[in-house]
Amino acid sequence: MNHKHLLDTENRWVTTKGKAFLSDRVVMHGKNLHTELGDYEWLHLYLFSILGRDPGKNVAKMLSHYWVASSYPDAAIWPNHVTALAGTVRSTASLALMAGLSVSEASIYGRRPEVRALDFFYRAGQWCDGGGALTEFVEKEKSAGRILYGYGRPMTNSDERIPHTLDKAKELGLDKGRHLKIAFEVYEHLKEKYGYSINVAAVHAGLAADMGFTCQEYQLLLTPGFVAGMAPCYQDARDRPEGSFFPVRCNSVVYDGPAKRDWDSSR
Amino acid sequence: MASDYLYYSNIWQEEPEESNPFAAKACYCSGYDVYGQVVPQASWFEYLLLMLKGERPSEAEAKLIEKLAMVLANPGPREASVRAAMNAGIVGTNHSSALMAALAVGSGQYGGAQEVSICMRLWQECGHNLELWKSRLFRPEEDERADIWLPMEHAPGFDPNGDDTPTPILQALDYLTSLASSNGALAWLKQQRSALEEEVGYPLAISGVAAAALVDLGLNQDQGNMLYLMLRLPGAAIHSLEQKKRGWKQFPFYGSAIELADDTSPVQSPIQENTSK
Repeated sequence: MNHKHLLDTENRWVTTKGKAFLSDRVVMHGKNLHTELGDYEWLHLYLFSILGRDPGKNVAKMLSHYWVASSYPDAAIWPNHVTALAGTVRSTASLALMAGLSVSEASIYGRRPEVRALDFFYRAGQWCDGGGALTEFVEKEKSAGRILYGYGRPMTNSDERIPHTLDKAKELGLDKGRHLKIAFEVYEHLKEKYGYSINVAAVHAGLAADMGFTCQEYQLLLTPGFVAGMAPCYQDARDRPEGSFFPVRCNSVVYDGPAKRDWDSSR
Repeated sequence: MASDYLYYSNIWQEEPEESNPFAAKACYCSGYDVYGQVVPQASWFEYLLLMLKGERPSEAEAKLIEKLAMVLANPGPREASVRAAMNAGIVGTNHSSALMAALAVGSGQYGGAQEVSICMRLWQECGHNLELWKSRLFRPEEDERADIWLPMEHAPGFDPNGDDTPTPILQALDYLTSLASSNGALAWLKQQRSALEEEVGYPLAISGVAAAALVDLGLNQDQGNMLYLMLRLPGAAIHSLEQKKRGWKQFPFYGSAIELADDTSPVQSPIQENTSK
């Protein structure tokens, strides 16, 4: 490899994604944004922008429910806490929400578990296609020391979103898919053998696999997912006295490092 | 009254003023009095390494990190993270937005902090074993699972868009090696650079030099990632400020360079229709 191919895109970027013909029109995936897509719900448009196709109203409604059901206006939740801290120090709305959203790409909740869970169900399906037993696949993953994302939950043992999500999936005719079934079969095995619970990441990912999203599409789709819960947390702290959001006193930082020592005699 | 909520740290200790439990009378970093001794007596880079590693660094380590910081301080306006900051600068956004843009873009796997992390993990796995490096550079992933980070598209620490090793990379490698341990990562990299480049098919990149220096400083991949992000921010900041001053009219706008490949049905907008009447 070398630099030669860079010359092709130094002054020219040919794309099928879209373009803003300023003062004229805007094209997204071949459609006129204002005349052909102007009636879309915003989330439906976001889906279209990522997928390059219209997945239909039911898929858009299902994804919308993912977002609604995870919009928790609770400043204890880590990304929301970040937005509240931004509010208490009087940072701006965009900085607060962008910081919160970037913190949503986390390992103990949010984007990594979602991506890993979706990948897990696709690989589980392939394993079964090859004639393997699902429980065998689960045990293989577990014995490799891998976290089974979607099972267990930090802070609590159950997930209040699951029955609502399943009701919505049923209402939209999306509850009979293979991967959602796998998600619950894995849960039954893990519950029986290890006492694990299931959280909504497994249910969401099972449904997402049935809707056919790739892991990268899924990551993009869910990225703004917690934002509606963040905005009120930012406002709440912003509207109260400066610095008053859970202030930390000196003695609340418990020190367990080296004892006091002298810089001069340390070399 | 005490708080119900506690944070734990083996880095930082504060003693409160008697009049206010929320104000510190004294701050200690790994046991050293920050405002009484560290600020007056230590250099910025001694303090930085103290914070990262919990121990006062040797003079050699402090010099190596200072010179690494200078190597990384300004990737220049062509580099993606600096370009991101410049875009923020010319539109007159917040300074933190410019730095957040630089951090986000500078986090990537092509020249960014994630690439440095992967390199540092490979140092842990491969050490000074050339054959292992030759194999792992083409398969640097930990396993086959999908993740929020994409699979690497090139050998980490090398530049797939390069031809020969650029002079500043060689200068940085030579100089930093002269400051580091003679049997460390930088020394080994300098010795094996040609063999590795020949195997990979393209030249060493600054991310590879930085990763080796960070390994020689005794940092782990998480610490290395953070430090690499921080040390490149000065360039992002100053070029953002510069472009803000110059304004958007002097800044490239790629509108005409972006071509729609399949624009089969251009529709005249109502604005055009109305204005043409």
